[in-house]
Amino acid sequence: MTEVQYVAPGTLDEAVRVFASASGAARILAGGTDLLVQMRSGAISPGLIVDIKKIAEMTAIEEGADGSFRIGAAVSGAALREHAKLKAVWPGVVEAANLIGSTQIQGRASAGGNLCNASPAGDSVPAMVAAAATVTVQGPNGRRQLAVEKVPAGPGRTTLAKGEIVVSFTLPPRPKGSGDAYLRMIPRTEMDIAVVGCGVSLTLDKGTCTAARVGLGAVAPTVLLVEDAAKALIGSKLDAAALDKAANACRAACKPIDDKRGTIAYRTQIAGVLLKRAATIAAERAGRS
Amino acid sequence: MNAPVSERSDNKWIGQRTVRPDGAEKVTGRAAYAADTTMPGMIWGKVLRSPHPHARIRSIDTSKAEKLPGVKAVMTAKDIVDFPIDKSVMLGIQDMRWMCRNVMAREKALFAGHPVAAVAAMSEKIAAEACKLIEVDYEVLPWVIDVEEAMKPDAPILHDFIKFEGKPSNIAGKLEHKLGDVEKGFAEADVVIERSFRTKPVHQGYIEPHACLVSVSDGKATVWSSSQGQFMVRAMSAYLTGLPQNDIRAIPAEIGGGFGGKTIIYLEPLALILSRKSGRPVKMTMTREEVFRASGPTSGSYSKVKIGAKKDGTIVAAQGTFCLQAGALPGSPIRGAAGCAFSPYDIQNVHAVGYDVVSNRSKVAAYRAPGAPLGAYAAECVLDEVAEALKMDPLQFRLKNAAKQGTKVAYGPVFPRIGYIETVEGAINHAHYKTPLPKAKNGMLYGRGVASGYWFNAGGESSAQVNVNEDGTVVVITGHPDIGGSRASTANIVAELLGIDYRKVAVLIGDTSVIGFSNLTGGSRVTYASAMVATQSTEQVIKTLKERAAKIWKIDPDAVSWENGEARPAGDNAGKFEPLTLAQLAAQANATGGPIGAGKQLNTTGAEGGFATHLCDVEVDPELGIARVIRYTAFQDVGRAIHPGYVEGQIQGGAAQGIGWALSEEYIYDKNGKLDNPGFLDYRMPVTSDLPMLDSVIIEVPNPKHPQGVRGVGEVPIVPPLAAVSNAVYNALGTRFYSLPMSPPKVLEALEAKSKA
Amino acid sequence: MAKVHVSTTINGEPHEFLCDAEQSLLDVLRGPLGLTGSKEGCASGDCGACSVTVDGRLVCSCLVLAPEAEGKSIGTIEGMATTDRLHPLQQKFLEMAALQCGICTPGVLMAAKSLLDRNPDPTEHEVRFWLAGNLCRCTGYDKIVRAVMETAKDMREAVR
Repeated sequence: MTEVQYVAPGTLDEAVRVFASASGAARILAGGTDLLVQMRSGAISPGLIVDIKKIAEMTAIEEGADGSFRIGAAVSGAALREHAKLKAVWPGVVEAANLIGSTQIQGRASAGGNLCNASPAGDSVPAMVAAAATVTVQGPNGRRQLAVEKVPAGPGRTTLAKGEIVVSFTLPPRPKGSGDAYLRMIPRTEMDIAVVGCGVSLTLDKGTCTAARVGLGAVAPTVLLVEDAAKALIGSKLDAAALDKAANACRAACKPIDDKRGTIAYRTQIAGVLLKRAATIAAERAGRS
Repeated sequence: MNAPVSERSDNKWIGQRTVRPDGAEKVTGRAAYAADTTMPGMIWGKVLRSPHPHARIRSIDTSKAEKLPGVKAVMTAKDIVDFPIDKSVMLGIQDMRWMCRNVMAREKALFAGHPVAAVAAMSEKIAAEACKLIEVDYEVLPWVIDVEEAMKPDAPILHDFIKFEGKPSNIAGKLEHKLGDVEKGFAEADVVIERSFRTKPVHQGYIEPHACLVSVSDGKATVWSSSQGQFMVRAMSAYLTGLPQNDIRAIPAEIGGGFGGKTIIYLEPLALILSRKSGRPVKMTMTREEVFRASGPTSGSYSKVKIGAKKDGTIVAAQGTFCLQAGALPGSPIRGAAGCAFSPYDIQNVHAVGYDVVSNRSKVAAYRAPGAPLGAYAAECVLDEVAEALKMDPLQFRLKNAAKQGTKVAYGPVFPRIGYIETVEGAINHAHYKTPLPKAKNGMLYGRGVASGYWFNAGGESSAQVNVNEDGTVVVITGHPDIGGSRASTANIVAELLGIDYRKVAVLIGDTSVIGFSNLTGGSRVTYASAMVATQSTEQVIKTLKERAAKIWKIDPDAVSWENGEARPAGDNAGKFEPLTLAQLAAQANATGGPIGAGKQLNTTGAEGGFATHLCDVEVDPELGIARVIRYTAFQDVGRAIHPGYVEGQIQGGAAQGIGWALSEEYIYDKNGKLDNPGFLDYRMPVTSDLPMLDSVIIEVPNPKHPQGVRGVGEVPIVPPLAAVSNAVYNALGTRFYSLPMSPPKVLEALEAKSKA
Repeated sequence: MAKVHVSTTINGEPHEFLCDAEQSLLDVLRGPLGLTGSKEGCASGDCGACSVTVDGRLVCSCLVLAPEAEGKSIGTIEGMATTDRLHPLQQKFLEMAALQCGICTPGVLMAAKSLLDRNPDPTEHEVRFWLAGNLCRCTGYDKIVRAVMETAKDMREAVR
C-alpha cells in the first residue's frame, strides 16, 4: 500500500526542491478539485502531495504599474471574482474561472490547477489563451516564462519538466477599447464539463477590430489558439460576414472526439456558434471600456 | 406559486402545514442515517465486482485475501442460500431465485459491477486491498445491453433456462391486457397514428448511497440500514443467509432518498455473513460509482403505440407494445407500463402488451410508479398527435375521453369516484394555460405541452401503536420509514382525532422487533395505510378514554362523548360533570384500569389510483439545441391533503425527476459494456438553476374508502412529465422525434432534418 | 505508517486529530471527530452534501485534504444553530417543508447561509445559481429556493 506524504512548504524554493526530488509520483495541491477526485477514483496514487498554498507568490493577485496583472497560480476562482479591478478589466478570464463546477468548487479550484490538469475542456484555459496570458514557471533549473497555450501537451499531460511548478499567470496591460468573454456549451445550466468552450479577447478602435485572439477548448487534445479566427476578425467591424468567417475558421480548426459529452459533428457545429456569441459579448464590453 | 388547499373550518391539524416532528434533527445534521451509525469494534466491508458485462465464473481463489493482515472475513456466493432455478419463491414482488443471484454472482457475472466476493477488514483501505488479491477466473462471454438488441434472434442469451415460444430467449415474460376489439375499433377510426419510442435507463438518483451496519452476536443479528422497509430487510436477509427471522432485528435508519430503489437490498446479506464469520460488527457503504454501476436503475425501453379516433374526438382504439429492459435477471415493470398507459381514458377497445427482457446490465429496481412513465410517454405523445390531426385542443381532447366513475380499464377494475376530470379542468382554467407564449423571441423558440398520467397506488399491510403517556402526551409508533415527511401527516391525524395540540404527539418509526408487520414505504401508500391504522388505533384509544371517564363518573360509557380533547357527558341526561382532559385521564390511568394504548395491524384496502395532468412550457435555443423548462404546473387529485406542504413536495419532486428523465438523464455504456457515466458529473440530474418554480395545484376528490379521504400521492407526479416536456419541445420546434433524453445534439439534429425537408 | 497530527478550529472550538495524509476533511469530520452532519453523497465534489466553510469560504469537504485543516477555522452544519435557537434558515426550511428525506439539507443550509452572508438580497436567479452545486432529488428545489428568499427577506426586515 502506498504511503502518502503531505508537505506544505512556506517558500517556492522549498516546494521545487521537495517536488523535484520526490522518488515516486508527486503532485502539487492547490484547490484539490482534480487531484482528490483522481486519487479517489484510483487514477493516480501520488507518494507525495505538495501543498503550495502557503507560498505568498502563488496565492496573491497583484496589479502592475503598467496595468498588467499577476495572478498566483493557486488563487481560487472565488478570489478572482472578488477582485473588483481584475473583474472589470478581464471579465472573460474571471467568468471562465467561475464557470468551473459549482460555488463550492470555485471556492477552491485554481487557474494553475486547471491548466496543469490539462483536460482539453478546462474552462479557464481558452480565456487565458485569448488573453495572451503568460505563465511563470519555476523548477530545478530556475525560472522561465512561456505562453499559456504552450503548457498543455495533450490530455492529462503538460510540457513542464520534472520538478517544475507553475507559479503565476501574467495578463498583459489592456489597451483602451478592449474586452474579453468566455462562453461554453453544457447540457445543463451548471456543473457540467464544457462540451465546447470559447474565449475571445479583442480590441476595438471606433468600431473596427484592431486586435483579437481566440481560444477554443474541448475540441482537440489541447486548447487551441485559433489564429485564422482572429485574422478574420481583425480589420473588420465584426459584421455578420466577418463573424461567419471566424466561426468557420473555428470549425475548421476543431479536431474533436465522440465521447459521452458530445459528438464530433455537434462540437464542430457549436464551436462556430459560440465564437459568434463570445465575440459579440467581448465587443460590447470593449465598447464600454 | 402553490395554490392553497381548500379551507376546512372543522379541521385544526389535518390540512395544516405543521412542522414535522423529526425536523430539528434533520436541519441540524443530528439525524442518524445508516452511514452515520457506529458500533464498538466495528470493521469495514468491501465488495469485489465483475469487470465484465457477461462471464462464466470458473473459479474464485480468496486465499491471498484471507492471509492479508487485518482481514477478518471473506465471502463468496457459496455463503448465500441457493434458490434453485426450477422453483419460484416469492417474497413480496421479488423472486428469491433472482435475488440470491443478484446480491452475489453464482454461475455467471451478469453485468459489469456484479458482486463476486466480499471482504471485511480492520479498515476500508485494507478491505479494498484485500479485494484486489482475490483471483477470479472468468470465461468472458458475448454481451448485450440494449433492449432491442437483446430481443433479436441472434442476441447473446443470458440464461439458458429462459425460453420464449419454446426457444432460448432473453424475453423472460409477457403481460397482456385486452378490452373489446382493437381491430374493429381502428376500422371505425377517422385518424390513426402509430409511433415507436425509445428511452434509456435512468437511475432513481437518491443522494444517499446504500449503507448498512450489521452486528451478529451469538447467532442474533441487528441490522441498521438505509431502506424503504425494515420488514423487507429482515425477510430478505433471513432468506438469503438462513438466519431465522426472529433472530434478525432490522432497524430503519433515517433514509436519504429511495424512490423505489431501496425496496430491495444489496449489502445487508453480505454484511450479515461477514459479521457472522468475523465475530465483529460490519459496516458497508456503496460509493457513488457503485450505486450507479450496481444498484438498479429503471428500464430502458422500446415501445410502439397506436391510437385511433373519430372526427368528433372519440378515441375508438388504443394499442400498445412495451418492451422493458429488466437487466440481468427477470422483473422489469411491464405491469406499470401496460396497465397505466391508457388508463386515464374511457376507451372501448384496448390492447396492451408488455415484454420483460433481460440484458447485461444491473437488475432493475423500482423507480417511482415503475413502468408507468414509459407507457405514458408513448401514449400521451401519440394522443397529442391525434389531437393535432383532429384540430382539437389537447386538453379538450383528453376531457372528451376522460375516465370517470364507472369506466372499465383494460387491466381490470371499474373506477369508483375519481378525480381525473378535475385535473384536466384545472389545467384548462388555470392562468398558465391562458397565458400566451410567443413562438419565437430574441432568437429563442417557445412551446407548450400537456400530458396526463395514472398510477395504481397501493394499500397493503400496516401496523400502528398509539400510547398515551402519564402526562397526556401521546406516542405513535408506525412501521414505515419516513422518506417524505409522513411522520408529520400521522401526527396531524392523531392530534386531530384526539383533539390535542399537534406538538403533543410524537411519531416514531418502529423496528421489526417493536412494531407489527408493515409493508414497504413505496407504492404511494404510507400516508394512506398508516393513516388508516393510526386512525383505528386512535379510535380505540378514544373508546378507552370514554370508558375511563365513565368509570370515574359512574355512568354508562355510551353516555360519554369525546370533543376537543376532552371527555364530556353526552347530553344533560348523562349528568353534570366537569369535562376531563386527556391529561387528566392519563394521570389517572393506572387507577382506572391501567395504561391507555391501542394498536392495529391491517392489510389496508380501498386504495384507489391517482391521476394527474401537467402543463409544461419550454424555451429552446435553436443554435445550441438546448431545451429548458421555463414554466411548469401540475394538477393532481390527492383525495385529501393531510399535510399540504409535503403533498406539494411529492408533486414537485416527481415532476423534477420526470423533467430530468426527459431532457438530460441517461445511462451511457462504453464499447466494452461498462457504464461510462457512473457519477453525478456525467449522469445529469437537474440542478437548481435548471428548473423553474414547480407550481402544484392540489385537487381534493376524497377517496370514499379512506377515513380521511386520502389517495396515494407520491408516484403519479413522475408519470406525465416525459410526455409533457416532449410535447412542449415539439410545439417549440415544429418537428417531433421519439426518443429520450431530448439532449442538445438530438434537438439540433431534429431541427436540421426539419430544415432540409 | 506515521499519522499526520492536525490542530484546527471547528465551529469555534479547538480540535486535534490524527489522520492519513490522503484522507479528506469529510473523512475526518465523520470519523474521528464524530461530526456526521456533513454527508458523503459522491466523494467527488458533484453533489454538495459535504459542504462546509474553511476560513469562511464555502467548499466541498470531500475535496479538502484533512491535513489542510491545520490552523484553519472550519464551519459545519453542527455550528449553524446557536445553543438554544435554530438559525433563521433552519427554522424557515422546517416551516416551508423545504426538505423531505433531509440528506442534502445540511449541505444546502451551509451553502444558503454562505450566500446570505455575502448577499442579503439575492434574486431567484442568484439563489439558483449559487446553490447549483447542491443536488436535491426529493424536492425539485422549489421550496428550497422559496425558503432561502423568504429567510433573506425576514433577515433584512429584522435588521431595519
